[in-house]
Amino acid sequence: MSGLRYVYAVCHPYESPLQRQLSGVAGAPPKRLTHHGLVAVLSTVPEHEFTEEALRANLEDLDWLTATARAHQQVIDALTAVTTPLPLRMATVFRDDSGVRSMIEAREEELRRVLDRLAGRVEWGVKVYVERPPESSAEAEGAARPAAKPVSGRDYLRRRRDQTRAHDDVWQRASEFSERLHGTLAAFAEDSRLHAPQNSALSGATGQNVLNAAYLVSRADSEEFVELVDREKDDVPGIRVELTGPWAAYSFAGEFAEDPGVES
Amino acid sequence: MTTPSRLPDPYGQGGGANLADILERVLDKGVVIAGDIRINLLDIELLTIKLRLIVASVDKAKEMGIDWWEDDPALSSRARHNELARENAELRERLAQLEPAGPQREEAP
Repeated sequence: MSGLRYVYAVCHPYESPLQRQLSGVAGAPPKRLTHHGLVAVLSTVPEHEFTEEALRANLEDLDWLTATARAHQQVIDALTAVTTPLPLRMATVFRDDSGVRSMIEAREEELRRVLDRLAGRVEWGVKVYVERPPESSAEAEGAARPAAKPVSGRDYLRRRRDQTRAHDDVWQRASEFSERLHGTLAAFAEDSRLHAPQNSALSGATGQNVLNAAYLVSRADSEEFVELVDREKDDVPGIRVELTGPWAAYSFAGEFAEDPGVES
Repeated sequence: MTTPSRLPDPYGQGGGANLADILERVLDKGVVIAGDIRINLLDIELLTIKLRLIVASVDKAKEMGIDWWEDDPALSSRARHNELARENAELRERLAQLEPAGPQREEAP
């Protein structure tokens, strides 16, 4: 069967084999392609799923997208356990091995530069959520329902003002807390990135995401970083801190300029 | 190259990783390299993908608990409507507060 090459990551050569049962996107096991001393980790994917047209359609298919994103991440995850991968964005596909080789040749210098910079480092994600205080959320519910029990206008406005003020207080506290936390973590980490807050409904998390940050930390310091987060997060009422990781350094890998002339 | 030194156990990741976290990374971050297959994923922001998902399969997304667009006035006419309704209610309340002055004026010649 003919197939295309789906590239997950570029790495420096590594010794340890990946876990045996690892399957990549579309089920095929990932392989290594070594060129110019760099390793592209790739697997064969069926042509009918990954032509441009098929990709466009598939990206709109939630099942497909979920399966592909998870498979992609699973391979990156496995690589993170044995080396420092430079993760590629999902759905980077080449016609054949020689396409992958050309890419490595064309970008060798940049790939090496970023790989060297990231070597031995992982990414930790830290999110801060504001939980809504129960009384105020009940009131908010009442206020959002215009058909609810009539109250006098003055009452209504006063309640609304109180509610807004209470909400402002929580927000004020949360943003101060987030700022302090980010300052502490960023000072410890080698680098940090602030991402847009995640929509809570999309992530399924409760509360409002107010800080969504990524920190680049060496493996050696990771344990300490995790402890630091644990220490900082404790017992602030109404505020929840969430730690994810270790991730491949996704948020710090994108230091490439826009792709120059791959058209040719 | 570097072999891992005692990495802490994965937090909130691995098999049960949050789909939003994974999508945020695999779609939006990482190295952008255009392959031979030129899907313009390069230009597609995560938001666009999310929008496409919604257009494609609202029900499926809802099943998975993805329904954030319903609360986003920029995306949802219902959310816009709710916002209007809320504003309306508030204005009506304010008006009700002013009402005592109203009838008097009507009674005037």
